[in-house]
Amino acid sequence: MMFKYALIPFLPLSAFVINGLFGRWMKEQAHWVPIAAVLTSFVLSVITLFEVMGGQVGGGQIYSWIVSGGFDVHIGFKVDQLTAVMLIVVTTVSSLVHIYSVGYMHGDKGYPRFFAYLALFTFSMLMLVMADNFLQLYVFWEAVGLCSYFLIGFWYEKKSASDAAKKAFVVNRVGDFGFGLGIMLVFVTFGTLNYDTVFAAIGGHAGETVNILGTQIGLFTVIALLLFTGAMGKSAQLPLHVWLPDAMEGPTPVSALIHAATMVTAGVFMVARCHPIFNQSQAALDVVTWVGGITALFAATIALTQYDIKRVVAYSTISQLGYMFVGCGVGAYTAGVFHLMTHAFFKGLLFLGAGSVIHAMSGEQDMRMMGGLKKKIPWTYWTFLLASISISGIPPFAGFFSKDEILWKAFESHGAGHTVYYLLAIAAFLTAFYSFRVIFMTFWGESRAEGEAAHHVHESPKVMLGPLVILAALAVIAGFAGVPEAAYGSNWFHGFMANVFGGGHEGAMAEAVAGHGLEQTMMLVSVAIGGSGIALAYYMYMMNPELPGKLAKQYWTLHDLLYKKYYIDELYDAVFINPIKAASTGFFWKVVDVGIIDGIVNGAGSLVVWTSGGLRKIQTGYYHHYAFGMALGVFVIVGLFLFIL
Amino acid sequence: MVPLSWYIALSAAVFCIGVVGVLSRKNIIIIFLSIELILNSVNISLCAYSHFLDSLRGQVFVFFIMAVAAAEAAIGLAIIIALYRNKETISTAEINLLKW
Repeated sequence: MMFKYALIPFLPLSAFVINGLFGRWMKEQAHWVPIAAVLTSFVLSVITLFEVMGGQVGGGQIYSWIVSGGFDVHIGFKVDQLTAVMLIVVTTVSSLVHIYSVGYMHGDKGYPRFFAYLALFTFSMLMLVMADNFLQLYVFWEAVGLCSYFLIGFWYEKKSASDAAKKAFVVNRVGDFGFGLGIMLVFVTFGTLNYDTVFAAIGGHAGETVNILGTQIGLFTVIALLLFTGAMGKSAQLPLHVWLPDAMEGPTPVSALIHAATMVTAGVFMVARCHPIFNQSQAALDVVTWVGGITALFAATIALTQYDIKRVVAYSTISQLGYMFVGCGVGAYTAGVFHLMTHAFFKGLLFLGAGSVIHAMSGEQDMRMMGGLKKKIPWTYWTFLLASISISGIPPFAGFFSKDEILWKAFESHGAGHTVYYLLAIAAFLTAFYSFRVIFMTFWGESRAEGEAAHHVHESPKVMLGPLVILAALAVIAGFAGVPEAAYGSNWFHGFMANVFGGGHEGAMAEAVAGHGLEQTMMLVSVAIGGSGIALAYYMYMMNPELPGKLAKQYWTLHDLLYKKYYIDELYDAVFINPIKAASTGFFWKVVDVGIIDGIVNGAGSLVVWTSGGLRKIQTGYYHHYAFGMALGVFVIVGLFLFIL
Repeated sequence: MVPLSWYIALSAAVFCIGVVGVLSRKNIIIIFLSIELILNSVNISLCAYSHFLDSLRGQVFVFFIMAVAAAEAAIGLAIIIALYRNKETISTAEINLLKW
């Protein structure tokens, strides 16, 4: 049992080691070992899922890592329903991305290195979701960040790519600083970092407060907020979202795997896993809800104006992650995780589809240079269309069920959630709009491509289309796992996750009795929002194509604000980056390092030289000086002995 | 009788003249001469004590010292010859090869 659990992450790890050591000789065949490893992990994950569905949860420890005084940390696995769902998501998307990359990265001189990094990432992510203690979570949290750095900066000779990789890692570290503090506070409070032990002991610490700079703040509020800063960094929520759009410098399969389906969802996973802690603090939950809601709307507005197809999908990811956090913030953790799962499929598909488009357009990513690709790359078009319909929340596609559940839970909650519902509703409208803007600009209409790219438009090879088709199928049917009762389903997913999140939080039981009228009405509202978004996009890009340009000119201040991403990067440059650079260059380098430290080191040498320069003048070379010195010495010693001693 | 202290004073005086000569003369041969003066001042002192202590030991020691002084003079002159052959001078003011 434990061996099977251990194989799931360690097979990709061994693939990494093999590709890392022997990749140079494997060259074009470097993909076989990682694909075999990840597919095996996928099969084992499916087996695990069926076992967990049969009620078999558990896990255990496999290695005693740190045993020091009261601080015990082991490497171990916790396998419950949440873990099983995450395992499926990670291994499915990872396998499909591996297969897709065979086509996309064909001919790249770093081909073996790419698969090595993908395997290392898969290992890290699997260890993260299977962790049974906070320290293992944190270590592999950093590890996935490291793999993200490797993969974003995969084409490291390109300066923008290596800059983007650096930015991703540094911004993540800012969040991880808070995360680390949160984990330390957990240890100080509970004396252990093991999930089960900590969660069981929460009741004993209810109501405790912590003294922060003179004021007493609730202990769990502080812990939850600190943990959430880590989630903000990893899952690209405001204000730590700035790395994700830049991360599009990496190859598209990387964007699909890491920045859509898995790594960025680690934040949501962590909040869901730590829900006992979050549930103790309404203030923290409200912060999570607001941050998620504001980010969702914020990112959706920016996505409206971007021309790079990958940027639009990147902002879409940030926006949908906001949705997941709102789901967690109102207590509907199941809804948040459900949306995580469906989002992994349709967002992964959107990215891989975008990659297919870019491949077809010989590297062009600007949608203003595309158009009319519907007939030329039909498979890519249809799968991309299915994903876009799914993300716009049109039933019976998966996106509808998961998004609508979050919208409903937010609407019916009291307090922050209800207000945030309106933000999410606007964001849903914008999501449908910009998703179909991409469709209309890229696939419909007349081709605006020029020259070489226009002649070489071709459908991608089957090895790239296969994953697209599989993900499209999942984007369509995955929603059926969680059809809510209001729509005459049994919400199987909710029942499945009941073991982790509790059978139903306040109101769910009352629901069944009171009838589902309001919920059904809200469902229709969601569909209407999605539909009208699509309709507006059709109007603006197909029926009246001059309109976007005219609006952009007329409202150019607003357009600039959105196009320049609310100038947040410029703000960070001015407030954080440039002052630090100035201080580093002007003071720390020139004054401290060159002046003081080099001064001390060189000064030690100079002192010796100066002293010896003085002392050596005694060596004159003249006999009578030496003789005089000897005579003087004799007289001094004799005098010493005669008169003093 | 001549008091012992006069002999010792004479010995000391000659010793001092010798030391000053060793330290301050430039001509190497004069320096060697001064070294001989030092040795012979010790001889004077030894003989004086030998007479006043009624022992022949002092005078025997004088012979040893004279033998040593002779041998040393021979070697020293050989060194001077070698020096002159290399540096064309016997003035110590001009020899400073070990200068820093």
